[in-house]
Amino acid sequence: MPENRTPTAARGRKAGRRHPLASIALIAIGLLFTGGAYAAFSTSTASAETDMASQQTIEEGKKLFAANCATCHGMGAEGSEDGPSLIGVGAASVDFQVGTGRMPLQMQGPQAEQKPVQFTDEQTAALAAWVASLAPGPAIPEGELLDGEGDTANGAELFRINCAMCHNVAGAGGALTEGKFAPSLSGVSAKHIYEAMVTGPQNMPVFNDMNIKPEDKRDVITYLKYLDNNPSPGGIDLGSIGPVSEGLFLWIFGLGSIVALTVWITAKSN
Amino acid sequence: MANDDNGGKDLTAADAHGARPSEASAGTAVVTRDAIGNPGFPPHRARMTDSDPTAERKAERSVYTLFYLSVVGSVWAIAAYIIFPIDAADPGSVRLNNLFIGLGLSLALLALGIGAVHWGKALMSDHEGIDIRHPVRGTEETRARAVEIFQEADQESGFGRRTLIRNSLIGALIAFPLPAVVLFRGLGPQDEDPVALLEHTMWKKGTRLAIDPSGRPIKASDVTLGSAFHVIPEGLQDLEHGKLEEKAKAAVLLMRLDPADLIEAPDRKGWSYDGIVAYSKICTHVGCPVALYEQQTHHLLCPCHQSQFDVTNHCEVIFGPAKRPLPQLPIAVDSEGYLIAQSDFTEPVGPSYWERH
Repeated sequence: MPENRTPTAARGRKAGRRHPLASIALIAIGLLFTGGAYAAFSTSTASAETDMASQQTIEEGKKLFAANCATCHGMGAEGSEDGPSLIGVGAASVDFQVGTGRMPLQMQGPQAEQKPVQFTDEQTAALAAWVASLAPGPAIPEGELLDGEGDTANGAELFRINCAMCHNVAGAGGALTEGKFAPSLSGVSAKHIYEAMVTGPQNMPVFNDMNIKPEDKRDVITYLKYLDNNPSPGGIDLGSIGPVSEGLFLWIFGLGSIVALTVWITAKSN
Repeated sequence: MANDDNGGKDLTAADAHGARPSEASAGTAVVTRDAIGNPGFPPHRARMTDSDPTAERKAERSVYTLFYLSVVGSVWAIAAYIIFPIDAADPGSVRLNNLFIGLGLSLALLALGIGAVHWGKALMSDHEGIDIRHPVRGTEETRARAVEIFQEADQESGFGRRTLIRNSLIGALIAFPLPAVVLFRGLGPQDEDPVALLEHTMWKKGTRLAIDPSGRPIKASDVTLGSAFHVIPEGLQDLEHGKLEEKAKAAVLLMRLDPADLIEAPDRKGWSYDGIVAYSKICTHVGCPVALYEQQTHHLLCPCHQSQFDVTNHCEVIFGPAKRPLPQLPIAVDSEGYLIAQSDFTEPVGPSYWERH
């Protein structure tokens, strides 16, 4: 009905303005703008560098610790039956455990699993500052060590010797005993990889700087970033978990297509 | 055609029914007198391509299109080999090269196969036929003639009569494979006794423990609580040859536990140093590297068959198919603070073998 198009459209516009949901939509748009503006404002104020050494940050961390961690780790981080002592674990350990969402622990289990991060970056830094102020321990790494610009081949060799038995040669992770597992390393930030090596979270052994030197750790990170950024040369990697997924794929698709072809070959043409 | 064995006569379903082998020899077959009759073939159904000339032309078109596609696939595989060369510096080029050559070759083969099957199913004659199975045994005359031929050959060659020639021939045939046995023996270890080779490793009194792969010696103070070091004997990296063979036997995992956690047998009290223990990394089941160390539970897990060893208790087997604990390397500290071996392993490392004591 081409001759009706214009009046209908005009009516539609007017009807839209008088629609019962119009006011709700208007309020929603308004709220969105105010919220957006507020968020932009608050991030711009909060992005100021957290000074790890300042007494104020440490005090802040102490309060956060007392409210969120002390139930298991004790008021002075001296540990209890439910959680280990944190004296001497260093800022790196706190940054890893809290920064990946593993702490605070959701429940006791075979191991603390990664979940949505519970604290903001400033709160994590404050917690780390307080724990680091208790006793010396590994600091949060920074700078060149995390840039992923090291020697990929050396990193790959070190990874195969020290890490691949648990984390899989492609960093895809693997099973351990009694429900524990080594997590996949794809997409893990360079800082968290470094901190995990230095602190040995949960059942992972510690790889201190005498064992794998800081520049070698940088190479390991480089290798993992290389894996993240380059597709598998062998085609679809199916999760890189080897015979399980590859075997299953062949069973289903390889044998499936052979069965389908056999049925087709022997069926009578119509 | 399919009916060669029926003397050129086409058998229908009804014929097949009539030709049931009722005269089969009673010694080799159970003859059932009241067997249910052969229902024969279902009625013949004409295909679309038999009745409809358009369908026939369409099928013909599909078949030759598939064959042409196969040609395209083959040509594409050649083109892909040239267009996507493997660049040694870029592993991604291998992926493209394999992918496109593979696609071309799969298209070539699949289209050829599918075209041939489609041709056979839709266009070739779909007339059904039966081949009657005939007895395998030859006729009496054939069999008698065969025996006669063998006897004649024996007579003429003198095989049965000239026993000296016959026996020397058999002897020559037996001797002929013997050089192969000697040649293949040459592939094995030569002037060394394999049993002694398996019993000993590179470790000896005073050999420093070094980090794999750099070969840097390890100080006891470097090994912090909860650490796991992958260890080779110092000097392994300088070996001219046999490096891998030596590493395969001498690889060691070094761990530091809280000394309070270690339960040590009295005769092994001096084998650890302040909670630092060293164990062979070679599984006693089939020799996989056991290195999945859990620093809280102190369990060592073998990735191949899930054997578990308890590091606190001299790597005793707590789960899985391994039968013996991992051999422990007795360690000490030298005057400069480096970790050294007190001796070689006191038992052979790795899986069992016949001469193992």
